[in-house]
Amino acid sequence: MPQSSSTKKHAQDPPDVTGPNPKSQHTKMVKSSDDSDKKFVQNSGKKLKELEVGVPIVYGNIAFWLGKKASEFHSHKWTVYVRGATNEDLSVVVKRVVFQLHSSFNNPTRVVDSPPFELSECGWGEFEIVLTLHFRTDVCDKPLHLYHHLKLYPEDESGPLSTKRPVVVESYDEIVFAEPSEAFFARVQNHSAVSVPRLLPGLNLPPPVPIEDVDRKKRGGTKDHPLSQWFTNFSEADELLKLTAARQQVQGHIARLRRQLSLIEGQHQQLKPASDL
Amino acid sequence: MDAKDILGLPKNGPIMSQEKKSRPQKESQRKPDGISREVYALTGGIAPLMPSLDINQLKRKALSESEKITWQWLPFTSSARKDNLQLYHWVRVVNGVPPTGDYSFAKFNKSVDVLEYTNDEYEKFLSDPSWTKEETDQLFELCKRFDLRFIIIADRFSSNRTVEELKDRYYSVSRAITIARAASPADVAGHPFVKEPYNVSQEIERKRALSMVLSQTKLQERRDAEVLAEAKRISVARKSVKAAEETELPVVSDAGPEGAEKAAGIDGISTSPNAQLPSGIAAPPVSETASTLASLRMLRVYLRTYALEQMVQAASSSAGLRTIKRVEQTLQDLGVNLKPKVPTKLVCAEHLELRKEILTLLNLQKQLQYKEAEGSSYREGSYSETPGTPPKRAQQDRTFIPDSTSFGGDKVGKRDQKRKGPGRLSEVPSSPAQSKRPRKLKTSDG
Repeated sequence: MPQSSSTKKHAQDPPDVTGPNPKSQHTKMVKSSDDSDKKFVQNSGKKLKELEVGVPIVYGNIAFWLGKKASEFHSHKWTVYVRGATNEDLSVVVKRVVFQLHSSFNNPTRVVDSPPFELSECGWGEFEIVLTLHFRTDVCDKPLHLYHHLKLYPEDESGPLSTKRPVVVESYDEIVFAEPSEAFFARVQNHSAVSVPRLLPGLNLPPPVPIEDVDRKKRGGTKDHPLSQWFTNFSEADELLKLTAARQQVQGHIARLRRQLSLIEGQHQQLKPASDL
Repeated sequence: MDAKDILGLPKNGPIMSQEKKSRPQKESQRKPDGISREVYALTGGIAPLMPSLDINQLKRKALSESEKITWQWLPFTSSARKDNLQLYHWVRVVNGVPPTGDYSFAKFNKSVDVLEYTNDEYEKFLSDPSWTKEETDQLFELCKRFDLRFIIIADRFSSNRTVEELKDRYYSVSRAITIARAASPADVAGHPFVKEPYNVSQEIERKRALSMVLSQTKLQERRDAEVLAEAKRISVARKSVKAAEETELPVVSDAGPEGAEKAAGIDGISTSPNAQLPSGIAAPPVSETASTLASLRMLRVYLRTYALEQMVQAASSSAGLRTIKRVEQTLQDLGVNLKPKVPTKLVCAEHLELRKEILTLLNLQKQLQYKEAEGSSYREGSYSETPGTPPKRAQQDRTFIPDSTSFGGDKVGKRDQKRKGPGRLSEVPSSPAQSKRPRKLKTSDG
């Protein structure tokens, strides 16, 4: 699997260049729709009870075999991280990430206070890492726990180990904030790392806070990360296509069964008077 | 007869025994004779008696050889007494050695250490308006004498005090003395008197309840059981009423949205337009979705995968494990991931709708099988020209066939449906002619 995925990555390198373009256009359209909604604001003073803010994230690890340098206890150099799904800056939402490593490590609890939220280490064993995301004050008081099983060895044993091709295991997920505070919503509604739903008509919100530091934004993002070439591309469109095709098949089956049921019921009605006779 | 039997014993006895040992065939030959049977029975009864007697004698000898047991009338003293009274009792003596040591029951003479107080301590810590010093002194003297057996103490006490009152006085005095004599309160914090004070009201209530339970009649027990059953029914009815109210919530929320639950209802409705489905929302899915959304909202922050898992559980809560496995198998057959790899809001909504549609598909398949079984019974009914036992038997025999098809599997069921499809289509044009119906029906059955 990792090898095939890596080959796919090589093939997908050109679409990476063109990939962000449609996404940026989509975000622009969303923004324009938001502006149009604001123009029709009528009611005021309504809380954000029905809203939910989503932050797409990807968490996982990349592991390189050390080759000749490998020893009994240091066979791989690995990096575990949390990043924005489109390599955006997560610090707008996340204040701190705590990585809980295996107890055999020195200082197994590691804290990362600034982006990129990642941790690099050397080791030989695979174990579960708990990533605890602490959010900013206005976002949420409760931390969120992510569980990732560190992967160092490729699943398919075909081919020798390579120091240049890493083992990559990533998971896509979305952090959902229910009933966000007004300050939080105002601060992030124009940020690309956060997916904000289209505003319901009648919601009155303070104007969005303009993004001042462009340099900080660039620094926080992981687009220029040295490991970004190995990041997995998660495609929502592919998943939606599969689900839509499956639904069409199931709906076809349902229609067929309903027709058969109606036929049988018709026969039953005809048979009943016959039996009466 | 008797004379022959008596004479036969010494003569035939040894002969029979010899024949038994050497030749069993002859025994079978002589059994049919009347006389020989009686003699056989008589001789059979004598033999087994001897070895049992011998065994008993052997056991007795063994016992007698090992030990000599005698009972003697001997004196004894008890350390539990202080007057050096000398008593006599029968003692089992083995090999002429009498038992030694103290009286065996003396060890059960236990005594309780009752605290004693001085007059100064009483005046300083123990004075109580409802108790006099004389009463308190008498209470403690009786406690010491009868080892805290309060039933006896209450019986011997001069004034009319209840057991609870006596206990309360004793324990409160002991507690006060313990605290007063300690250097600091921390030293006696773990002492039973201080740690677990006596609760008069609780004890009175406990005894009252116990008395009521013990004095309850069988009729009362039955009535209590009936009342409990009715209470369960009422609670179930209330739950159904609440479910109905939950179904009503979305309608009310459409008119004037207020409150978290109603907001959850709105969210439930808002998700469906995202899924782009014009289908109407049924009552139970709305209630389940609303409750799940409300519980998720309480978390304030959660992962999309976690929310999807909760929604899937809520949607499949009404279905059995077998149906759930069928749904998952269908998902795999369709080439869809059991858990979406890109769990965005749209993908999760599509996934949930797909699961619901698969459930609908499975339900329709069950209905179809049921209808087919009914159809076969109707066809059998049409064949019966005259009512009688043979056609009923035929019906019973035929009804087993569709059951076997239903027990087969989803795939087998599908194949049967496909095969029967053209048969039914051919049946449709045959409806006007009554005479032709039975022939084609037979062919379809075949």
